[in-house]
Amino acid sequence: MALVESTPASKERDARQRDWFERIPAGYWVVCIALLIMPAFASDFTLYQVFGWSFILGMISLSLMFLGGYGGMVSLVQMSVAGLAGYMVAIFGDSAITDISLGWPWYIAIPLALIVAMIFGTIVGSLAVRTEGIYTIMITLAVAAAFFYFTRQNYAVFNGFSGFNGVLPPNLFGVDWRQSVPFYYLTLFWAAVAYFSVLYISRAPFGLALQGVRDNPRRMAALGYNVNAHRIAAYAFAALIAGTGGILLTWQSAQISPGTAGIGPAIDILVIAVIGGMSRPIGPFIGALIYVLLKTFAIDVLLSVGLSGERFQLLIGLGFLAIVFFSPDGLLGLWDRWQDYRKRDPLLDRGEDRL
Amino acid sequence: MTLLEAAGTSVSDRLSVTGTANALELRGVSKLFGALAALSDIDLIVKPGERRAVLGSNGAGKTTLFNCITGDFAPTTGSIRFFGEEVAAFPAQERIRRGLRRTYQISLLFSGLSVLDNVYLACCGVSRGRFSFVRPRRNDALMASAENLVHVVHLDDVRDTKVSDLSYGQQRQLEIAMALSGAPRFILFDEPAAGLSPTERQELIEILTGLPSHMGYIIIEHDMDVALRVAESVTMMHNGQIFKEGKPAEIEEDEEVQALYLGGEEGLGHG
Repeated sequence: MALVESTPASKERDARQRDWFERIPAGYWVVCIALLIMPAFASDFTLYQVFGWSFILGMISLSLMFLGGYGGMVSLVQMSVAGLAGYMVAIFGDSAITDISLGWPWYIAIPLALIVAMIFGTIVGSLAVRTEGIYTIMITLAVAAAFFYFTRQNYAVFNGFSGFNGVLPPNLFGVDWRQSVPFYYLTLFWAAVAYFSVLYISRAPFGLALQGVRDNPRRMAALGYNVNAHRIAAYAFAALIAGTGGILLTWQSAQISPGTAGIGPAIDILVIAVIGGMSRPIGPFIGALIYVLLKTFAIDVLLSVGLSGERFQLLIGLGFLAIVFFSPDGLLGLWDRWQDYRKRDPLLDRGEDRL
Repeated sequence: MTLLEAAGTSVSDRLSVTGTANALELRGVSKLFGALAALSDIDLIVKPGERRAVLGSNGAGKTTLFNCITGDFAPTTGSIRFFGEEVAAFPAQERIRRGLRRTYQISLLFSGLSVLDNVYLACCGVSRGRFSFVRPRRNDALMASAENLVHVVHLDDVRDTKVSDLSYGQQRQLEIAMALSGAPRFILFDEPAAGLSPTERQELIEILTGLPSHMGYIIIEHDMDVALRVAESVTMMHNGQIFKEGKPAEIEEDEEVQALYLGGEEGLGHG
């Protein structure tokens, strides 16, 4: 009997554990388990090209969501930050361009790449926080354009138009991380780390203050906050997420070139965030999956209905328009409205609905 | 739990920082908006613990005066000393960290956050933890302070409600809770009773009169009943200048004041 009796301390611990499990909705568990066992039934192409790419783009877009959704700052420079981290890994580490690449070990090259990306993000942030709204978008777009042209024209450091190829992940633990299953788990792991970090920080004093800055910067100053310092710190943290995504993106295609972080990809990151929704960190990942599915299979869809495959961008554009038209706050907004609708009492709320 | 303890400081701490300097000392403060002089050569001294009402019709410069004191606007000329320290060149957040607080005429709250989060943010603003990436634990002192302040302003029932879902009166009460957060040494209340119901006004008066005796404040209030019940001295403003100062009874009986502000429908500005 002694075995089944529990002390007050253990009871309290049990209650706390129960609380912890109960707090996580069932849907989370389903998604979590489905993602973990995905390699058992998904093809290599799906794992590597669809999910791997979605997780990476989701991370870079998450950095934009963190700034835009929590901080009210729409930054188009996130893809450039990611690209810079990719470039730095190629320059500090190994690549096929041995004249430029320094060949330093991964445990120096990767942290250094992230630090450089964070410094870049912080500098751009310190410029951008002096503006608001459309001007923030414009200044960050200008920096993204400058980064694209600079990397394309600079051969001494960035190797100009062709960039770097043969940029491979280290063979850590004897695993070839560019194989589909290891790469899937690698990207899933870092996407999960980024997602839960943003989720956690959103309720920490820093995240709450950032939301306060978004809602009312003047009031935040009147509460003792240095509003600009907070915004710049947010840019630095977002750069860390984008930089991590950028390194994974470089490893995925084993190359980094100016086109990776051009103006088109910079805007794609915004499109992903808008499609998914900027209100919660899951939005960018949903947006990224839809974007990747459209980009990967749009040609097949067009060809199957007898149209030219060259028009696949049109299909992506139409998909984007349809989502934004029906739900300006992305798929998350659509989901939230559906949840609200389900909770309504059809007898009591019908009149209000019609209004 | 007293209101002072809820505000996160002890009586002895407060008295030791109060010292002998004036809580507020304004000398020759002017504020020009182009050719318009919103404030002209204002001299104002408020002693520690003093409760002052600032009255005046619309456009008299009351809120501009607050904005200059807190650093929302930089004064065009003049000196502002807060407990003996010249703060006119300081940004708003530095003045707040020195113990100055204010409420706003139009509620400036964080509508996307809950009541408790709003007060917690206010408590963090003057602490070193404002850049913390770590969530508050169960026994977090700042969170406990925020919970106590929510209790002080009678918002326990709605502490987890989003601010956008609060009534106007509740938003005004939340403004006061936020002004009391951290370790306030002096508070500026900008029309805290505007738009409140008679019951809510009574609650407001109780909160203001229940503040520790050494915690001074200036209150802008159009409701004379509220202003004269919570203030020990009155400053009348007119056209950006100080027009008259005195005890509430003196001001109430002053003929010039009556002609300008209290008497007749014209003078009774609201807003």
